[in-house]
Amino acid sequence: MSRPVRFNVNTVPANTKDHISIADMPPGQTGEGFFATKLSDAVGLARKNSMWPLPFATSCCGIEFMATMASHYDLARFGAERLGFSPRQCDLLMVMGTIAKKMGPILKQVYLQMAEPRWVMAVGACASSGGIFDSYSVLQGIDQIIPVDVYVPGCPPRPEGILDGFMRIQDLVGEESIRRRNGEQYKELMQSYGIK
Amino acid sequence: MNNEYIKQRLIEHFGDGASHFEEPYEMLTFETPKDSNLKVLQFLFDDPELRFQFLTDLTAVHYPNQKGRELAVVYHLHNLVDNIRIRFKVFTDIEKPEIFTATKIYSSANWMERETYDFYGIIFVGHPNLKRILNVDEMNYFPMRKEYPLEDQTRIDKDDAMFGR
Repeated sequence: MSRPVRFNVNTVPANTKDHISIADMPPGQTGEGFFATKLSDAVGLARKNSMWPLPFATSCCGIEFMATMASHYDLARFGAERLGFSPRQCDLLMVMGTIAKKMGPILKQVYLQMAEPRWVMAVGACASSGGIFDSYSVLQGIDQIIPVDVYVPGCPPRPEGILDGFMRIQDLVGEESIRRRNGEQYKELMQSYGIK
Repeated sequence: MNNEYIKQRLIEHFGDGASHFEEPYEMLTFETPKDSNLKVLQFLFDDPELRFQFLTDLTAVHYPNQKGRELAVVYHLHNLVDNIRIRFKVFTDIEKPEIFTATKIYSSANWMERETYDFYGIIFVGHPNLKRILNVDEMNYFPMRKEYPLEDQTRIDKDDAMFGR
């Protein structure tokens, strides 16, 4: 007779004390039955805890990203439960891996297809600076073609590094004004990359 | 059929047109003048005994120190019936790197010649679509030629400690 399969023989009661993180309330006025704060703070809070990352993985950093997404490191804890594979749905472009010069226009097109507001994270040495591929065929950092918000160093970075980069992105997103795209500085930055 | 026989047939047919016979790792290797590369290919392809009808590889080598014959185009041919491989080279001046295209004999030469053009700048005369295949179209140099200095070791725009170099 085959051995019966038994799961959770010794059930451990869930310990939720100090194990569940709750997003902090933005600064504002509270009273009985109401809470008043700035709209941009409320929107920022919502945005930063519901990021939709678009993975643009071309090499080994992409493998680390897979570990980041999987159950052990679990990027979903940060509100990025769902990866979008259409740039039109996503607000965070995660570029992981070597970008060849021939790939440059494609990456730029993907960035252009994303709707505002959008953020970019360059994961690993290659995406940030070309890394060891100091060569005629490799783009020496994606910031030559699109603006980058956060760089994650490492070759490849550990999942903890990617998570830290993601949290830095969240900090940026939380403090962003609602309509960043109307800002002078932002327009100037886009202009410098030839993006309208 | 063996290397000795192929060599004998080539000398019979081309005389001095096939020279510098070698057999590194038992693979027959020889050299022909650049103008007769198609004649040699056609002969090797059509001959009922030799039957070298498969072009395994086509590439180039840059010898910067050989004046007047800096670039070599190398053909690797395979006789699939008898499972024999040979290799032959034609040399050309880097100032006028023009070689007749093999695409009329081997269709597979099309992309290989584009690659060779892309990296070594060899102009294959008569090629139907000679443009870059792997590198970006805007590139204005031929990256595999040995004419570029090694990386400047005093560069400071990349911190070696960060890249394991």
